Amino acid sequence: MSGYNFAYLDEQTKRMIRRAILKALAIPGYQVPFASREMPMPYGWGTGGVQVSAAVLTPEDRFKVIDQGADDTTNAVSIRRFFERTAGIATTTATRDATVIQTRHRIPEEPLREGQILVYQVPIPEPLRFLEPRESETRKMHSLAEYGLMHVKLYEDISRHGHIATTYAYPVKVEERYVMDPSPIPKFDNPKLSDCAAIQLFGAGREQRIYALPPYTTVASLDFDDHPFDPSRADHPCGLCGSVETYLDEVIMDDAGGRMFVCSDTDHCETRQNAGYRGKDAG
Amino acid sequence: MYVAVKGGERAIENAHAWLAEERRGDTDVAELDIQQIREQLSLAVNRVMAEGSLHDPDLAALAIKQARGDLIEAIFLIRAYRTTLPRFGTTKPVETAEMACDRRISATFKDVPGGQVLGPTFDYTHRLLDFKLAAEGEPVTAEQRDADPAPVPHVTEFLNRESLIEEAPRDDTPPPDLTREPLELPAARALRLQALSRADEGFTLSMAYSTQRGYARNHAFVGELRVGTVPVEMEIPELGFAVEIGEITLTECETVNQFKGSRTEPPQFTRGYGLVFGHSERKAISMALVDRALRWEELGEDNSGAPAQDAEFVLYHADNIQASGFLEHIKLPHYVDFQSELELVRKMRREANAQTREAAE
Repeated sequence: MSGYNFAYLDEQTKRMIRRAILKALAIPGYQVPFASREMPMPYGWGTGGVQVSAAVLTPEDRFKVIDQGADDTTNAVSIRRFFERTAGIATTTATRDATVIQTRHRIPEEPLREGQILVYQVPIPEPLRFLEPRESETRKMHSLAEYGLMHVKLYEDISRHGHIATTYAYPVKVEERYVMDPSPIPKFDNPKLSDCAAIQLFGAGREQRIYALPPYTTVASLDFDDHPFDPSRADHPCGLCGSVETYLDEVIMDDAGGRMFVCSDTDHCETRQNAGYRGKDAG
Repeated sequence: MYVAVKGGERAIENAHAWLAEERRGDTDVAELDIQQIREQLSLAVNRVMAEGSLHDPDLAALAIKQARGDLIEAIFLIRAYRTTLPRFGTTKPVETAEMACDRRISATFKDVPGGQVLGPTFDYTHRLLDFKLAAEGEPVTAEQRDADPAPVPHVTEFLNRESLIEEAPRDDTPPPDLTREPLELPAARALRLQALSRADEGFTLSMAYSTQRGYARNHAFVGELRVGTVPVEMEIPELGFAVEIGEITLTECETVNQFKGSRTEPPQFTRGYGLVFGHSERKAISMALVDRALRWEELGEDNSGAPAQDAEFVLYHADNIQASGFLEHIKLPHYVDFQSELELVRKMRREANAQTREAAE
């Protein structure tokens, strides 16, 4: 697209974002303030992720965008087109072929490899926000590693419900220092955060924060000795590829209670189907 | 058989085409042009310029047309465009004391040097629908006279001369740029004013109104409200002096608020300040009241816990582009998150039912 710089943002802005990314990588899990720009899509649509992607993309990259695990959700389509138009880069839906993957709410099922970058769209970067609405307070709590409030919240969940009632955006502790919000991924995905070969970058546009996990960072989901973390999933095989290990979407089929469960990661599911795996609902 | 939903791309294209058709409306009706919007919907244009933080009436009019009259959407278009513009430099501070006023009123004095000038105001119109406007109305020409060449000094200056109002000493520190640095707290007054100037009019109005009703009441008198044009000057390094690069319309409101005194200082009035692009009185007055409420700490007042006193609350929630984006994003797909909650609720219900059965047995 003429009239705009490669990947939309001007080079000064990209430099500013890259500085924030480098700082974030140097202090894993720490939220780095950055001068988020107003993007041509609304806050809440992934402006943080888009700015981080714009700052790390090079003309040689192959870009994948997923929303809810799928490449064809409307906002994933929209963001992919944005970079096709403004950066003219190659895109793909195959996790293994992508060098940069922007995601909303999922981590791909296929383990990521070195050299890949996973960019998360983050709505509320502050894991303590719903316990303490004031930014001035939560920053203090992080600097003092004062996370008692979070443990109390999780404990109260257990005493009230018998379970920790957080099922997505489940808080994690990074290298035994910062408590971090992994973005609203289901807690099923939390184990994939840890010891990951790829670089993981988190961008929150409206809240003006970037944070990161360098490759092979230890990330632990908060839990208790007698209530260990449980990355639960719907107890069904995928209707299309038959996998019993993936995260599933529940699709309502009719108004008589008919439903089927299918992989949320569409690329992973298709790859398995192409390899001959079949679920009970596959035609 | 279930087929994974495909075709997002075509759906988006079709939606955009439909939107464009709806925007145009009935093609038997003449299309609006940008000049019409700029000239005849000028207060909408002003609001878009103020909250879009870009003084360009033509672009604001274009944005209003493109947004189908949705002003927040128009403000968004202007903001997104504004971010891409290169920064050539900074203009000199405008001298609002030298404003060529279209309107200038003081609520604190019956008359003041420079006079009370009503200007083009709705204030004393009776809000009766003018059905003549529905037909093609003849253009109205207002009576004219030559502008009074006498200066129109700020009303608060008269109070200042007697030290009846707190000093507002000149501060030449370059103000921070909200659009180039992340908002961090505590925010100095210059930054707060910057945020308020582009804040949502409705939010600012309600915050200001809440102070009037007693949530951090600071009783404001409108010392002065002025609307008019000021020249904008910029220092050109190659020339070594400042040249006038244009003229902008501003609305400025200075409030005179409840006094305070201490052992060292005799009682004096305090100030609230509002300055907005274009003719935007409601916004300028609201801004002045909220500014004053946010100054509780530096003026040694009590924090009564009112929302308008809470800088973090006000500054983090005043921007309508941030607010509407985050609010509306909940219509995007969330089924992955929802699924995880669904599983947990089902599991807890199973356990609860099992317990009830056990108890019954």
